[in-house]
Amino acid sequence: MTLDAKIPSGPIEQAWAKACFDMKLVNPANKRKHSVIVVGSGLAGGSAAASLGELGYNVKCFCFQDSPRRAHSIAAQGGINAAKNYPNDGESVFRLFYDTVKGGDFRAREANIYRLAQNSGAIIDQCVAQGVPFAREYGGSLTNRSFGGAQVSRTFYARGQTGQQLLLGAYQALERQIHAGTVKMIARTEMLDLIVIDGKARGIVARNLITGKLSVHIADAVLLASGGYGNVYYLSTNAKGSNVTANWRAYKRGALFANPCFTQIHPTCIPVSGEYQSKLTLMSESLRNDGRIWVPKKKGDTRSPDQIPEEERDYYLERRYPSFGNLVPRDVASRNAKAMCDAGYGVGKSGLGVYLDFSESIKRLGEKTVRERYGNLFDMYQRITDENPYKVPMRIYPAIHYTMGGLWVDYQLQSTIPGLFVLGEANFSDHGANRLGASALMQGLSDGYFIAPYTVSNYIATNKFEKVDESHDEVKSAVSAVEQKIAKLLSIKGTRTVDSFHRELGKIMWEHCGMARTAEGLKEAIGMIRALREQYWKDVTVPGSGDDLNESLEKAGRVADYFELAELMCIDALDRNESCGGHFREEYQTSEGEAQRDDEHFSYVAAWGYRGDDAAPELNKEPLEFHYVHPSQRSYK
Amino acid sequence: MKLTLKIWRQKNVDAKGAFVRYPVDDVDPEMSMLECLDVLNETLILKGEEPVAFEHDCREGICGSCGFMINGEAHGPEKATTTCQLTMRHFKDGDELTLEPWRAKAFVFVKDLVVNRRAFDHIIEAGGYVSVSTGQAPDGNTILVGKEVADTSMDAAACIGCGACVAACPNASAALFTGAKITHLGTLPQGEPERERRALGMVAQMNAEEFGSCTNIGECSAACPKEIPLEVIANMNRDYVCASFRRRDDLPTPVTPGS
Repeated sequence: MTLDAKIPSGPIEQAWAKACFDMKLVNPANKRKHSVIVVGSGLAGGSAAASLGELGYNVKCFCFQDSPRRAHSIAAQGGINAAKNYPNDGESVFRLFYDTVKGGDFRAREANIYRLAQNSGAIIDQCVAQGVPFAREYGGSLTNRSFGGAQVSRTFYARGQTGQQLLLGAYQALERQIHAGTVKMIARTEMLDLIVIDGKARGIVARNLITGKLSVHIADAVLLASGGYGNVYYLSTNAKGSNVTANWRAYKRGALFANPCFTQIHPTCIPVSGEYQSKLTLMSESLRNDGRIWVPKKKGDTRSPDQIPEEERDYYLERRYPSFGNLVPRDVASRNAKAMCDAGYGVGKSGLGVYLDFSESIKRLGEKTVRERYGNLFDMYQRITDENPYKVPMRIYPAIHYTMGGLWVDYQLQSTIPGLFVLGEANFSDHGANRLGASALMQGLSDGYFIAPYTVSNYIATNKFEKVDESHDEVKSAVSAVEQKIAKLLSIKGTRTVDSFHRELGKIMWEHCGMARTAEGLKEAIGMIRALREQYWKDVTVPGSGDDLNESLEKAGRVADYFELAELMCIDALDRNESCGGHFREEYQTSEGEAQRDDEHFSYVAAWGYRGDDAAPELNKEPLEFHYVHPSQRSYK
Repeated sequence: MKLTLKIWRQKNVDAKGAFVRYPVDDVDPEMSMLECLDVLNETLILKGEEPVAFEHDCREGICGSCGFMINGEAHGPEKATTTCQLTMRHFKDGDELTLEPWRAKAFVFVKDLVVNRRAFDHIIEAGGYVSVSTGQAPDGNTILVGKEVADTSMDAAACIGCGACVAACPNASAALFTGAKITHLGTLPQGEPERERRALGMVAQMNAEEFGSCTNIGECSAACPKEIPLEVIANMNRDYVCASFRRRDDLPTPVTPGS
């Protein structure tokens, strides 16, 4: 398949304006005659549903939680980037663009990123107008901080709850449209299949999680904003309910899945404490602004941190990367932490942890200032670990946090299925092989507030929509496929729980397709995943029935999809014979142990197509061209 | 350590419910309350029994999904802590914990420890927003907000909508939840133009959802995992009283509860 990203020709600064002008418009009076489905109510989905409702479309928005306000965007802590240059420190649209292209290790599209940087300022304006209580200076203006690898202060924040406040802004805008009658909210309902008719996305099959009833929803366009797939690792910082099912159904209906192996490991999470662990808790990496990361110089040093004198501590990030120090990008920070622990310098009971020490900042700034900046994070750390980070250094360890891969979309955010748009973390588009801190919120809101409303309108204006109802053969076959799958999962009645399989799958992925990967390990993982998947379909047990609230059944369907996704991730990682961003193949590293890209052979997006459950997926390549930021080896020395 | 969990089991709103005692061995003090339930559920599933239904998602104290009464306290004994972040080190070997769902007329029962909190969404729908459509915003710094004002607003905006305030209140009042949103937006200049309409609409909806009245007991704020201050209720009452007087000819009609 030839992939046309539909990037407008001409200078990059004009690309989006040109694209917007070239788009066809829908007459305001006709908008209410067109229906749009939005799956997901996080930053991308919530903002898209609200904005499309404001334009007058007939919108249905779905979420699996009890309320749209619970979407996992709510857990983002640190902040949101914008090229406002309020601090007068040299920020510009071009610099934000440049940093994002470079941060993504030259594996994302220049034009998309430029548009993201251009939209960033308007996002802040919109959120301020909605009443998002961003941090302020005494004079009343907006405050900025520097964040995760940036040398300018471009991050806006609302204490350590930026995601929550931005999501509540979008949620309130959504509730306003629900009140106005333009959006119908369908909560506690999960999309289980995509309906494709005559090659176009025309609706979804969904299951009510309380009654178990399946329903069919037909529309002119379907927007997936269903988030990332980090939970394939079982332990991640994602919410327990976050899943890949909506995306995976779309993949099996013909949408391409791009760069599935590009996953991000977050360096500052609370270490695992036991087998029962159900998720990992992230602490904002803004902590790295004032915390210093170190391990003891002596292997297996079991002294408590305050007993280890200054000269016996190894501030390894500051030592190895003098100009960026503790603020190196996430992948670099994570890999170094793992390397130190693998080499035997790790701290804590499990040896899987490094110190993040605030004692110097507390001395320099005073406890009050530190409390003001990070108080809620410190409290959370203490709640979980029972240790006081004002007195003893935190222990941190990397965890899966974000997935850069996702469904392939063109510049219009449209997948390879016409009428199927993909927004936010669910698409692959803007972060390349590594996402910079405080960029996820920016992308979700850019897609939802400022891109989809234009591109979806253009799609609706340029297409004809035949009337479709539930009696259509494609609809009936989609519903019956869903019914069969649910019946099958309930009928196996084996000896192992869904969670036990999920945990085992997660371990395989973390071990072989996590922070560092090898060809050998990936091949082994593919074999293990296939074997485990086979066992799953023979031996899983799902209690209860399909006609009431049954969380085991929900999980069972999601884990079935994770098995298939996990294999595709390993295939993708195995195929990409280079290291870039979060994808670190041990065979491809510089003599200093840094990721070594191979631009000559791998400067492309790997977009995989489904060809059947037992057939190998088809690899399609979208070549990446860099006209504005010349690919260079990332260096944070 | 070993604990006994005494859990409210009820299949659905029409079924009869009862407490059932479950012994849980090998409880690790580092576990969260929800992880303890995970462990119990794994054993129930393998015994062919139905696991305990409970609501949860982010498990880091911010989504507001989780929460039930633990020994009569919403989210359990720890101050400023959601159920998902309540670690078992706060209990002793041999303890019996009684777990039951939020109980309030406005929160319709679903299953075991799960209730329906859609009434909260309806209250927001009735005015908990600033009416600004996408694209209408001026530059962020044209709206100046003093730091203290922003901080007061943020204190109220921190509400996670979990419902603990309602569950803790003997009257099952939603005054803390409603007051928090009214304070968050009403404190800011952006929220000023709709301040009266918002208070009228949200309070009318709160009453229509059949939440109880506030009698200033203060259990709500004490139980709140985000420590929303009681002052937000005073703010709500002030805005509501002023608005009811000045707009007495233009009172809003609430949307139908349960829709």
